[in-house]
Amino acid sequence: MEAEAARYIGAGLACSALIGAGIGIGNIFGNYVSAAIRNPAAAGPVFGQAMLGFALAEATGLFGLVIAFIILFG
Amino acid sequence: MASPLEQFEIKEIFPLEFAGYNISFTNSSLFLAITFVAIVAFMTLGMKNRAIVPGRFQSVVELSYEFIAKMLGDTAGTESRKYFPFIFSLFIFILFANFIGMIPYTFTVTSHIAVTIAMAMFVFLGVTIIAFARHGFKFLTFFVPKGAPWPLLLILVPIEIISYLSRPISLSVRLFANMVAGHTMLKVFGGFVVALGIFGFAPFLFIVALIGLELLVAFLQAYVFAVLTCMYLNDALHMSH
Repeated sequence: MEAEAARYIGAGLACSALIGAGIGIGNIFGNYVSAAIRNPAAAGPVFGQAMLGFALAEATGLFGLVIAFIILFG
Repeated sequence: MASPLEQFEIKEIFPLEFAGYNISFTNSSLFLAITFVAIVAFMTLGMKNRAIVPGRFQSVVELSYEFIAKMLGDTAGTESRKYFPFIFSLFIFILFANFIGMIPYTFTVTSHIAVTIAMAMFVFLGVTIIAFARHGFKFLTFFVPKGAPWPLLLILVPIEIISYLSRPISLSVRLFANMVAGHTMLKVFGGFVVALGIFGFAPFLFIVALIGLELLVAFLQAYVFAVLTCMYLNDALHMSH
């Protein structure tokens, strides 16, 4: 296999880290919405924690994305 | 076409050399200085009049102070008050560096792992020193989960130690990766706008939305860095698990 082709395949594979980030972010906001519907009074204070969880989950996916960028352009 | 990673290149502005080390004044140093000046201007100009009923500018400064003070109190307890200046400077520095990086043609200081890992190592070493100064060698029991049966401890203790040691890495890589990924993504979509010609308005609209997301991320990552520092501080002060 050519090195160039292997690079593109590797970058694509590295992006699969975003699968987990997608599941995680969906899980966080899904649970946040269902919690906010059950107890609207708690929706405000919990939103900060939901955003914290979003940022943490997004970051794990971005680790993979950065690897993909480094493979592609590095 | 230029590579999307070109924006992170460090260029020398004033080449300098000291004892065999390259200590040139680079665009990274320039934007570190700009960040510093912007923070000083923000804090001093905002608090210049010190009205009892704050104006808009003073409100923003007070809001940022109260925001961090509340966050520190909630996560690390009242004893952590004396570390407030450090946490506040950390948050404001990362916030300003991220936001200044969002201006076109600027350089994002936090997109370099050398900057973020330096901050993360200071946090990690500082917190570890606080923990040992406060609890002495009793702090080592932090790595032993309470109530676990002893055969499990053989596995759990190394895991706890590794997760503790990986804190500065995850802390720094999280910030660096978010900044690099966001800015690269904007550049890649910018390339689509040029390549598609008249149909470039579609990715252009997407870029507008992405910039909104990136501004959110810029704030959130500064917040996450500060919150995690507070959590580590809480572990050091109270050894809670």
